[in-house]
Amino acid sequence: MSAVMITRKVRKWEKLPGKNTFCCDGRVMMARQKGVFYLTLFLIVGTCSLFFAFECPYLAVHLSPSVPVFAIVLFFFVIAMLLRTSFSDPGVLPRALPEEATFIEMEIEAANGNVPAGQRPPPRIRNVQINNQIVKLKYCYTCKIFRPPRASHCSICDNCVDRFDHHCPWVGNCVGKRNYRYFYMFTLSLSLLTIYIFTFDIVHVVMRSVDKGFLNTLKETPGTYPFRLWPQKQLLCG
Amino acid sequence: MAKEFHNLQELRHNASLVTKVFVQRDYTEGTVCRFQAKFPSELDNRIERTLLEETVKTLNSYYVEAEKIGGQSYLEGCLACATAYIVFLCMETRYEKVLKKISGYIHEQNEKIYAPRGLLLTDPVERGMRVLEISVFEDRGSGSSSPSSSMSSAGSSAR
Repeated sequence: MSAVMITRKVRKWEKLPGKNTFCCDGRVMMARQKGVFYLTLFLIVGTCSLFFAFECPYLAVHLSPSVPVFAIVLFFFVIAMLLRTSFSDPGVLPRALPEEATFIEMEIEAANGNVPAGQRPPPRIRNVQINNQIVKLKYCYTCKIFRPPRASHCSICDNCVDRFDHHCPWVGNCVGKRNYRYFYMFTLSLSLLTIYIFTFDIVHVVMRSVDKGFLNTLKETPGTYPFRLWPQKQLLCG
Repeated sequence: MAKEFHNLQELRHNASLVTKVFVQRDYTEGTVCRFQAKFPSELDNRIERTLLEETVKTLNSYYVEAEKIGGQSYLEGCLACATAYIVFLCMETRYEKVLKKISGYIHEQNEKIYAPRGLLLTDPVERGMRVLEISVFEDRGSGSSSPSSSMSSAGSSAR
């Protein structure tokens, strides 16, 4: 009598040949190097918590409670967008299976004809007509496909990505078709958050100076020092 | 002449893969997802031209419907942005709904039209929307003694 074995189905992400790391049963997809992503997370959370700890109590009392409330909402939105960008699939194109790769090779050989020995074969290009314009599709030697228009190969993640924008180390992932809107919302909301916190920092320092004088204010508000450096960090990311 | 297969299960168990035919993307109208309606010559004696062209045309219309930018997709986008995209944990986007419809359509086409002729369509989503893959099967041996299902009548009457 043979034992019945229930074989576990192999998931697609387990077979993906690229250099990605996966977590949570394939729900999270990131690049291999995540160090800079942790730095981004630390910077955002760190500076915002300093703002909430030092400035917000004063501003809530002396200005309005809606100031920290809006900052909290914006902060959660920024974190949500960052995590969404970092953890989602940028639009990785699956590599060609052997049958398709052979089919494409045969097509290329038919197009190039016989290349005399010693000569380099011409570059593998397919011309397609898009809206009456000829666009050249390049062949990817790693993925063995002709890349669709606006697709590109990311050497860090070793995948062809559809509508590839760039590989962002701050976010720890490629930015492509499927996560472009989250990346854009992240940079936009982060800029808003920076401007918001910077403005209310200045308001806070001014309000305190009016009360107690400028030098005393600087002594009492150590939380504002990191914010002097923040705008430079935002410029780096944007 | 290829032996007739009666249903998808029989195809999977008894047949061996001969070759795969690829229907490429049609970019003439822009980067919208569209497949070429050109009939591949390898399938000349396997399936009628009109059937495959009909399938490809229906698929193209489904993709147009999926990528349509109108009132519903705009509202969906605005709602999603306002909730920091958390609403997508509960709700499916219009695009995902149409992709499910397409998957169902391809399965139905395989059951009704392609499996009886020894062919199998692969959902383009599995290949990154680059090609429509059609696998061509040949009967492995003469021992396929599975009872014919009622679907065979649709396939055999077309011949």
